[in-house]
Amino acid sequence: MHELSATEQLLNLTLEHARQARAVRVLKINLVLGDLSSFVAESIRFCFDILSKGTNAENAFLSISRKPARVRCEKCKDEFTPREMNWACPRCNGFIEEVVSGREFYVESIEVE
Amino acid sequence: MKKVEVITSILNANDLVAQENQGLLRNHHILGVNLMASPGAGKTSLILQTAKALAGRLRIGVIEGDLASCIDADRVASADIPVIQINTGGECHLDALTVQKAIKALPLPELDILFIENVGNLICPVEFQLGEKIRVVIASVPEGDDKPYKYPGIFTAVDVVILNKMDLTPYVDFSLDAMRQGVRTLNQRAKMFELSCRSGEGIAAWTEWLESQVHAEKK
Repeated sequence: MHELSATEQLLNLTLEHARQARAVRVLKINLVLGDLSSFVAESIRFCFDILSKGTNAENAFLSISRKPARVRCEKCKDEFTPREMNWACPRCNGFIEEVVSGREFYVESIEVE
Repeated sequence: MKKVEVITSILNANDLVAQENQGLLRNHHILGVNLMASPGAGKTSLILQTAKALAGRLRIGVIEGDLASCIDADRVASADIPVIQINTGGECHLDALTVQKAIKALPLPELDILFIENVGNLICPVEFQLGEKIRVVIASVPEGDDKPYKYPGIFTAVDVVILNKMDLTPYVDFSLDAMRQGVRTLNQRAKMFELSCRSGEGIAAWTEWLESQVHAEKK
C-alpha cells in the first residue's frame, strides 16, 4: 500500500499549482496513469478523499486517464501493446527494445476557480 | 473556471532527492546498486557472496530495507561490512529520502560499491528512484519461470536480471529456456546471470562484470 504517500505528493503538487494560480478552489485534477505503473486508481481516489479534507482541493474531481503499455520491437521497430503472456512482436516475433509508454504517473493539469 | 497546466510527475519530489543521492555517490566514485526481488529470492545472500568474492579488491557498503527487524543488517555486519538498516514500518519500498539519510551515515570515502537492498517486493520498488546507477532484479528458480510476464513493470525496467538458486533446478518444475526467453523478450538490454548463492556456481561471472562497472565509474 503505497498510494497514501503518493497521493500526499499528488495533493501537495495540486495545492502548490493552485496557490501559484491564486485559485481558491480546485475543481478537477487531470491525472495520467500508465498501465505498467503499480499505482491503483481506486486507492488513489480513496486516499485523496481523506487527505484533501479541509484543503482547497476538497471535493475536487479526480479524472484518471489510463495509458496503455506500448513497447517497440527491436527488429522491425513497430510499436505495439503487449498481451498478457505474449510480449513478442505480433508482426515479426521480435523482442522488445524499449517501453515507449505505460509508466506514466503525472498531473497533466488542474481546473481551478 | 481556469485550467492550469501542470505536467509534473507525482514522484517528482522523490526523483529530485534521488538525483542528489546520485551526485553524492558519484562524488565518491561509488557504484550504487539497487537490489530488488521478492522476499526470500536471495538478496542478502547475494550481497554476502559478492562481498566474499570481491574481498581485498573492492570495498562494499550496504543499506538494508525491511518492514521490520535488523536480521539482515546483523548478517551483513557479522561479515564486517558497513551496513545501515532502514525499517520502513509499513511502506513496501524504499524511497530516496530515507536512503539519503542512510547514505550520509556510511563511511563513503571507504566504499567502492553501495548495495541498496530494497524491501522484498516485485511491484512498487521500481517506481522509486533511489540514486542508483544499476537496477537489479533477482528471480529465483523455485518462484517459477513465468515471473517476467507476471511482473513486466520490473522486468522491463532493470539493467540486470539475476537468476538465483540454480542448484535447485533438478528438484522443481522450472524451465530455464522459458525463463531466458521471458527475460529476453521483455528486456533485450538486460544482462542475465544464472548463479547459486548456496553453491557459489556462477558468482564469478557476476562479480567480474560488477568489477568492470566499478572501474568504469572511477574513470
